[in-house]
Amino acid sequence: MKEGEVVLGLLVPAHPHPLLCPEKNPGWARLREAYEQARMIIEESEAELVLVYSTLWTSIIGHQFQGLKEPEWIHVDQDFHYLGSMPYKFLIDTEFAEGLSNCANSRGLVSRVVAHQGFPIDTGTVVALSLLNPDNRLEAGICSSNIYSNRAETIVLGKSANDAIKKSGKKVAVVVVSSLSNRMFTEKINPHEDKIHSQKDDEWNSKILEFLDEGRLEDVSQLSREIHQQIRVQKVVAFKPMWWLAGVMGQHNNFAGKVHAYESVHGAGCAVVSLIPKLDDVGDKEYDEDDVEEYHGDRNVLESIEAENTNFEIDEEIPTIEEKISQEGRFSTSRAPKPVGAYPHARKVGDLLYLSGVGPRQSRSNAIPGGPVRDSLGKELDYNMKAQTIACIENVKTILEDSGSSIEDVVDITSFLIDMDRDFADYNSVYAEYFSEIQPTRTTLEISALPTPIAVEMKIIAKLNK
Amino acid sequence: MKPAGIPIKGGAIELLKSPFTKFKFSATTLAASFAECSDTYGHQQSSYDFFQWVHVLVNIRSSMGGGRIVAGLLAPHPPHLVYAENPPQNEPSAECGWESLRWGYERLRKQLEDIDYDVIVILSPHWQTYIGTHFLGLKNFKSLSVDPIFPNLFRYHYDINIDVELAKMIHDEAELDGLSVRMMENPDFRVDYGTITSCHLTNPTWDKPIVSISSNRSVHYYSVEVMQEMMTKLGEATRKAIWKSGKKAVVISSNSLSHRHFVNESKVPEDMSKEHITNHSQYLWDMKMINMMKNGKTKELIEMMPEFTEQSVAETDGGALTWMLSSLDHPTYPATIHEYGTIIGTGNVIATWDTNDEKRKIQGVSEK
Repeated sequence: MKEGEVVLGLLVPAHPHPLLCPEKNPGWARLREAYEQARMIIEESEAELVLVYSTLWTSIIGHQFQGLKEPEWIHVDQDFHYLGSMPYKFLIDTEFAEGLSNCANSRGLVSRVVAHQGFPIDTGTVVALSLLNPDNRLEAGICSSNIYSNRAETIVLGKSANDAIKKSGKKVAVVVVSSLSNRMFTEKINPHEDKIHSQKDDEWNSKILEFLDEGRLEDVSQLSREIHQQIRVQKVVAFKPMWWLAGVMGQHNNFAGKVHAYESVHGAGCAVVSLIPKLDDVGDKEYDEDDVEEYHGDRNVLESIEAENTNFEIDEEIPTIEEKISQEGRFSTSRAPKPVGAYPHARKVGDLLYLSGVGPRQSRSNAIPGGPVRDSLGKELDYNMKAQTIACIENVKTILEDSGSSIEDVVDITSFLIDMDRDFADYNSVYAEYFSEIQPTRTTLEISALPTPIAVEMKIIAKLNK
Repeated sequence: MKPAGIPIKGGAIELLKSPFTKFKFSATTLAASFAECSDTYGHQQSSYDFFQWVHVLVNIRSSMGGGRIVAGLLAPHPPHLVYAENPPQNEPSAECGWESLRWGYERLRKQLEDIDYDVIVILSPHWQTYIGTHFLGLKNFKSLSVDPIFPNLFRYHYDINIDVELAKMIHDEAELDGLSVRMMENPDFRVDYGTITSCHLTNPTWDKPIVSISSNRSVHYYSVEVMQEMMTKLGEATRKAIWKSGKKAVVISSNSLSHRHFVNESKVPEDMSKEHITNHSQYLWDMKMINMMKNGKTKELIEMMPEFTEQSVAETDGGALTWMLSSLDHPTYPATIHEYGTIIGTGNVIATWDTNDEKRKIQGVSEK
């Protein structure tokens, strides 16, 4: 199947005025016209799916994706209810939603698909889909904006969307729904009195739009924190839509940008902007922040044991053992915790496989089942030795299986414990469950510390399967 | 009606004008006012005259309004509590969960059985408005409420009657006091889950109408201090409007205290082995606030609110608690604490301020 691709990016405003009452203010009417231009660009782009990221759909428990095939409701905005109701019926690509959730999980994020009739779709998404895809010509995807997520997490979410798009094989138009400056008037105003809240907001909005008009998405993405400081209501969540958009479209400036409209809505800065990827050009770019591929942040406040129960579905072609072991006999696997130095997970010599020291850390989350032995300040913590030992041996099993051996082929084990008196009994009981029938030779040592805050590590020699 | 020849004037007039919390039938106060009125008139005082005069005073007061707040509640709204109750209105079902808080709500309901009231007035942080404070303005709202954060727990079919008359009176009073206000009269509007949850847990039969007030997010635009100033005014406007309405009202602040959520959910949401406060400092802050409630130090609590709200990411940022305590004129008597517990890491207390002086005396709860 051919890889899917992003064919178009759009920035559109979230306020309901262009949808419900464009006639009341010439600026709102121009936004409505710009929405119509954006709808036509989507049509011309031959997009097969519209993917919406709305800053008004806030989530707390990770990231949520709309998964109901035909959500239908009559929506009313919490503030602008007097402008009227917004009936909608959308068509959701539920398969894409599931794929998106899987891709997000694979990159270390917490996510879920929500599929309940009556689930409240936010004003921004309702306005955007109603105006950009009024007849449900295209299926849609909708993803939430987590209120706690920072730059790294939001960029990883964007990259997850890109993974899902590639896997879907579809041409996709991605849409971020957000204001620029978001300071509204806090009192009632007459429509004809509407203007950008302050000159400073107006100047910053113009600066952002100048960049976007030149296709400089990554530059705006990297300015996001400054934009938040300058023109966003401080205590509302960080300005993050450009992080997501750059994550999904590509962190560069190689786009053909166009600002279709820029107007005020009740004081906020609202614009319709299109960005089309350019293949034959190289934009200037200046990265001043680290890129990030997987999310490793601490999101697990229940118990670290949760991490070991998480099974990530990875839809990848599995290489053969011959392909995985290098000519020099070196072998590593993404299913085991990343090495903390310049060494492989295992090395083949003749018919034997020598494993580097293996601990209990989890491959993607880096969580330590049973809890770490100390915190970041070096303070000692209580931990569960049995859980650590189980995780350690499971990691050993993973490396052995991925490299063409198995736990039954283990011939020698050297175990390192950081506290023999405290932990030996627990370690020994778990060990017996796995190895009492296999009977490899074993040496158990107490050492003063291990490189990460773990209590046990094992060094293994195993036979390779013929 | 003439007061048995003795005029109502001076301090007695002030008594009549005062909102309910200041209008106390203290014998000393009444006697002083009576003496003032009768001396001025040159009338011989007698106990018969005194009782006649008081009778007239009460009648006049009654004809002027005489509504009052009979109780203030702090009633948090995590949808988990409704989920765990398994009411017929809610689609998902649970095995168990958060029993101690649910038993706290049972005690609150038991207490309300002995309190006569006509209407519930509630402010919920989940109807968020940035352009002033809004009030539900139609007689009935009937629909399905799905929690946007926990749709797996809360999909509740509601049918709510609104006391539009009282809502409009509070709206008008607040407007007179300079607040930006608006009535919400769109029949398709969906009532927020915070309002529904707190009202359900307080009064599951839904046999009383409610007044639903939005949470003006001035805290986002300005600060907790500005929010408090506005919510204090709104509380005063609420008290005046209730007094003018002649109704007996229960006012509900629908919010948690500390509010740092867990950001992931247990596979079994009601798995109580996973439930604890997110961090120790939140717990300490919650206890500090609850102790002030228990000791009748609500003005000190208000003064502490900005720091508390910032430090514990508290849901008091929505203004409900400030509004409710202001509507009660900042009680100096102790709150009854029914229960404290955590829900997905947040700190929740269920508390009542019973405004009935006599009842508090009988129960041995007095002003400190």
